[in-house]
Amino acid sequence: MKRESIIEILLFTVSLFSLVSLMGIVLSIFGEAIPFFREVPFLDFITGKCWYPTSEPPCFGLLPLLAGSIVVTIGAMLVSLPIGLGTALYLSEFAKPGVREILKPFVELLAGIPSVIYGFFGMVILAPLVQKIFRVPVGLNAFTASLLLGVMTLPTIASIAEDALNSVPVTLREASLALGATKWETATRIVLPAAKSGILTSIVLGAGRAAGETMTVLMVAGGAAVIPRSIFQPVRPITATIAAEMGEVAMGSVHYHALFALAAVLFLSTLCFNILAERIKGREG
Amino acid sequence: MRRFCLFILFSLFPLYGSKTVTITGSTTVLPIAQYAAEIFMQRNPEVNISVRGGGSGVGIANLLDGTTDIANASRPIKEKELKRAKEKGINPVATIIAKDGIAVIVHPSNPVTALTLEQIRKIYTGEISNWKEVGGNPGTIVVVSRDHSSGTFEVFKKMVLEGEKVRPDAIMAASNKAVLTTVAKTPGAIGYIGLGYLSSDVKAVKVDGVYPSPESVVSGKYKLARPLYMYTRGKPSGVVKEFIDFILSPEGQKIVKELGFVPVRLPEEK
Repeated sequence: MKRESIIEILLFTVSLFSLVSLMGIVLSIFGEAIPFFREVPFLDFITGKCWYPTSEPPCFGLLPLLAGSIVVTIGAMLVSLPIGLGTALYLSEFAKPGVREILKPFVELLAGIPSVIYGFFGMVILAPLVQKIFRVPVGLNAFTASLLLGVMTLPTIASIAEDALNSVPVTLREASLALGATKWETATRIVLPAAKSGILTSIVLGAGRAAGETMTVLMVAGGAAVIPRSIFQPVRPITATIAAEMGEVAMGSVHYHALFALAAVLFLSTLCFNILAERIKGREG
Repeated sequence: MRRFCLFILFSLFPLYGSKTVTITGSTTVLPIAQYAAEIFMQRNPEVNISVRGGGSGVGIANLLDGTTDIANASRPIKEKELKRAKEKGINPVATIIAKDGIAVIVHPSNPVTALTLEQIRKIYTGEISNWKEVGGNPGTIVVVSRDHSSGTFEVFKKMVLEGEKVRPDAIMAASNKAVLTTVAKTPGAIGYIGLGYLSSDVKAVKVDGVYPSPESVVSGKYKLARPLYMYTRGKPSGVVKEFIDFILSPEGQKIVKELGFVPVRLPEEK
């Protein structure tokens, strides 16, 4: 009995670990971000249209970076949503067990490729192709980044959506088929609506992954801090900005704190994505 | 338990009598420090040197925190950092260990072979946006720059931009290598990289009539050059001094040259 309770306490302590780490991260991000707002008014930050952190005078505007993040996230979703959802629908409703067993591991394998490899592939192969095919001045742009992020978020969307489709009771399908509906009609009008919340969750989590991805966008998005007027313009997402500038910045400078302010924005937006996903999941149960 | 204690004791043992030097900082200086450290450790097996990148800012921050013995920097220490050092009672001392030329590069197919500093400035600020304005084939100039906080950008900003801003839609690459790849794959691109990174995938242009080379940097004819530093807490002493002296020795400076950087002094002709 005594041993049991020791183990229980031990496991409880271990499970506190993520909570403590999270608190530590939150405290340090926000703690380091606060000094920034003593130097730069909050409104100037969130409505600023330029990012020249080392110029004299410097300019710290969130808008171009936020726009960069939003554009590549939406672009990634436009790529991964139809493909991911189609894959999920096929795997759960149409694929024969043999085909499914071969196809599914491949989809999941995509998630195991390190992002720096995607970035390298994008920089060396995809970007020059995009530049030639679309006859744009440079291949490192929002479009190329979206394509890659789309492929990267594909496994998230496909596997969570497939789980959702699979958890729809068989009786529903049988009832539909018994009423004379075809397989396609059953899949799109019965199973898909029944799995709606699970699919929405997959989209939100996929978008969260795309918005938080760093290495790939650092390498292929082009890094220009402008609000893009076309999908073929280079952009500078928030994550890439932090990764690129943190290494060389002077500790304790306004620029240093500005990067933490960006991190806070990023943290809050991923938090929103996760809360949204939990909410949707909760509605289902 | 006793065995465990013995194990701990023995694993600590080699540390006695060995000296450890930690080097952190600029990725530009990294290859020099790495290469020199390898040879230095071969000669002095009792010395253990660990070399890390991280960037000039990280290097200097670690130097002030006491977590590194030498901070590599591709830019001089900033006032803010100096103030922090004073607060901590540290006197950062710079030793120039090499020089680095910044080469302006274009795609190999680009017919432009020479630009003036002023043309480069106008291209980077956006005043000139088509290659035909500087004697090339008509086409949009794709401006590739380094990130705002990189040491290379800082030097470029000071020597070329003269206080003006890079056009906001310029590509901002995160490393010398990334600039090289982008320019090599983009026919309309212009970029700038450390002399050590120059390769046949791109073409360096003459700046104000001078082609970038170690010789033209040393003689001062090539304008776009910067010193590379190693910062120490106070004057270098002990093993740290031995290591820095090694880099400054003719042999160390040969390494500098082999890696494509420019020695502090030209090796004396014999």
